[in-house]
Amino acid sequence: MTDLPIAETSLPGTDAIDAPLGSSTRSAGRRFKDALLGYLFLLPALAAFAAFAYYPLYRLIYDSVHHQSRFLNRPPTYVGFAQLWDTLRSSEFTSGLGHSALFMLYSVPLGLVLGVLLAVAAHRRLRGIKIYQAIFSSTIASSVAVASVIFFTLVNPVVGYFKDVSWLSLDSPTSAMFSVSLSSVWQNLGLTFIIVLAALQAIPDDVDEAAMLDGFGPVRRFFRITVPLISPALLFLAIVLVISALQAYAQIEMLTGGGPAGATETLLFKIADPNGIRALDLRAGLSIGLFLLTGAVALVQYSLLSRRVHYGD
Amino acid sequence: MATEPTAATGPTAATEPTAASAGPRRAGSQRLRAAGWYTGLTALSVIVLFPIYMLLLHAISDPLSYVARGQPLYPVDVEWDAFTKAFTQADLGRAMGLSFVVTMVIVIAQLLTSTLAAYAFAFLEFPFKRLMFAVVIATLLLPIEVTLVANLQTIRDADLLNSVPGLSLPFLATAFGIFLIRQGFLGIPGELRDAATLDGYGHLRFLFRVAMPLNRPIIGSFVVISFLGAWNQYVWPRFATTEGSWQTVQVALRNLATDRPDQLNIGFAAAIVVSLPLVALLILFQRQIVRGLTAGAVKG
Repeated sequence: MTDLPIAETSLPGTDAIDAPLGSSTRSAGRRFKDALLGYLFLLPALAAFAAFAYYPLYRLIYDSVHHQSRFLNRPPTYVGFAQLWDTLRSSEFTSGLGHSALFMLYSVPLGLVLGVLLAVAAHRRLRGIKIYQAIFSSTIASSVAVASVIFFTLVNPVVGYFKDVSWLSLDSPTSAMFSVSLSSVWQNLGLTFIIVLAALQAIPDDVDEAAMLDGFGPVRRFFRITVPLISPALLFLAIVLVISALQAYAQIEMLTGGGPAGATETLLFKIADPNGIRALDLRAGLSIGLFLLTGAVALVQYSLLSRRVHYGD
Repeated sequence: MATEPTAATGPTAATEPTAASAGPRRAGSQRLRAAGWYTGLTALSVIVLFPIYMLLLHAISDPLSYVARGQPLYPVDVEWDAFTKAFTQADLGRAMGLSFVVTMVIVIAQLLTSTLAAYAFAFLEFPFKRLMFAVVIATLLLPIEVTLVANLQTIRDADLLNSVPGLSLPFLATAFGIFLIRQGFLGIPGELRDAATLDGYGHLRFLFRVAMPLNRPIIGSFVVISFLGAWNQYVWPRFATTEGSWQTVQVALRNLATDRPDQLNIGFAAAIVVSLPLVALLILFQRQIVRGLTAGAVKG
């Protein structure tokens, strides 16, 4: 998808026959009408963003620097940014962050490796390969909630098929998080597979053939040729999986409820606070923390992407 | 299907050469290699499908006797009525209807707001255009997970908990849609715009008669992806509803699958029913889904 500089196309002499589209020689009145129309077209989207993206950001900051009395219906009192700072240094934030990081550590690399494995296996000319490709992409038909129900049948301490497998046990703090993140790995497998396969299919056949003529073995060909060529897709996926790990919630609520002993209470779990045990100012402050984390991930993504901008087609 | 998933066949699969690359001198080894590939692919399929198989198994087995039998890999006391009970007893029909209404509201609204905004960014000149585009893209940093606490206050203050507007309002616009459709619009050749101009087309006519029909594939992809996202939502509907009768399907699954041990099969059957619309979408719109999902990845 190339960006054609359409807006700059000048159409000399078309003003006379009522030509509003993209003419640079149009009259001031025409330009004003265009600008008006532009904002009119933007208005619905901007209004929605203002009300449900930017106003909430303001409100989160407001809530995180005010003290809200939980029991009396008094207006909140301003206590200052020190409260937000305290929240971001509190054990609530650091432990939530730690649990989220653990979730990421378990789900992102494993998800990537499995996705690549499936894609490499299914990227070949074999009769019936489409069936395998359909099977490998099938998990994108499951929502987080459905994936959680499915993993309930695998790891639930009472009815789970793997309930006696210690490294998948939901009863121990160390394995519970791994078990929960495994449901994410499985659920995201379809997406990862589809994207890596598309990247593999975009590699011209002659690249692989040339490498083979140069005497590259299959392993070397994979790591020296294939991986670099699909690295933009892998980077994209890594970011998607990191974000999805930061936003994991249903799996945790449905499989462990945050337990055992709070070991699977990720940052978002503490923010959502399904049991209603945390104060509003704390949850608002934690939300700001999640916002900053999301921003940091985006910044990493942006800097990595702009570094390989010459790769683009 | 009744085999244990084994990871052993996995890692070797990645390192073997492609079937097409086998030398011409060894037709026999080529056939052997193909057999090896089928074995590997089938083993991987078993691993991927095993969780789904377990769900089916639980859905059609009597929950108590299945556990009593020690959770075998075959169904126990098969009874299919969990699927009907999901509708009669667990009111899954109501939840699906609600989810469908909310999803349609979100998809139609997103299509409208995204197309209009994309058109403005692609074809119109106005002051602060770059700034406005940044304002739109920056909302990617404000997903519902971040804004949850504050949006809940807004919806609660407006007395919209347990309502269709309450379930859909935070999702009426999306930066992803605006960006995707704008990319499509920017790909329209200048000559076509010139021709439309000469024919006296105004902006609205150009949008509906030229720009949108030409970008039907991209818009189709966006609609399907948007549908998937809206239907699969969990966090927002979980907290924007306080009454059971307002639960969307995804939220209803949580109670069904965790409430009563002797009725777990109903929850598992419900999970299958809830996924069916998506399976249908997946089969019907495979191309659109792949295009939509890979939009940001492969082409950068």
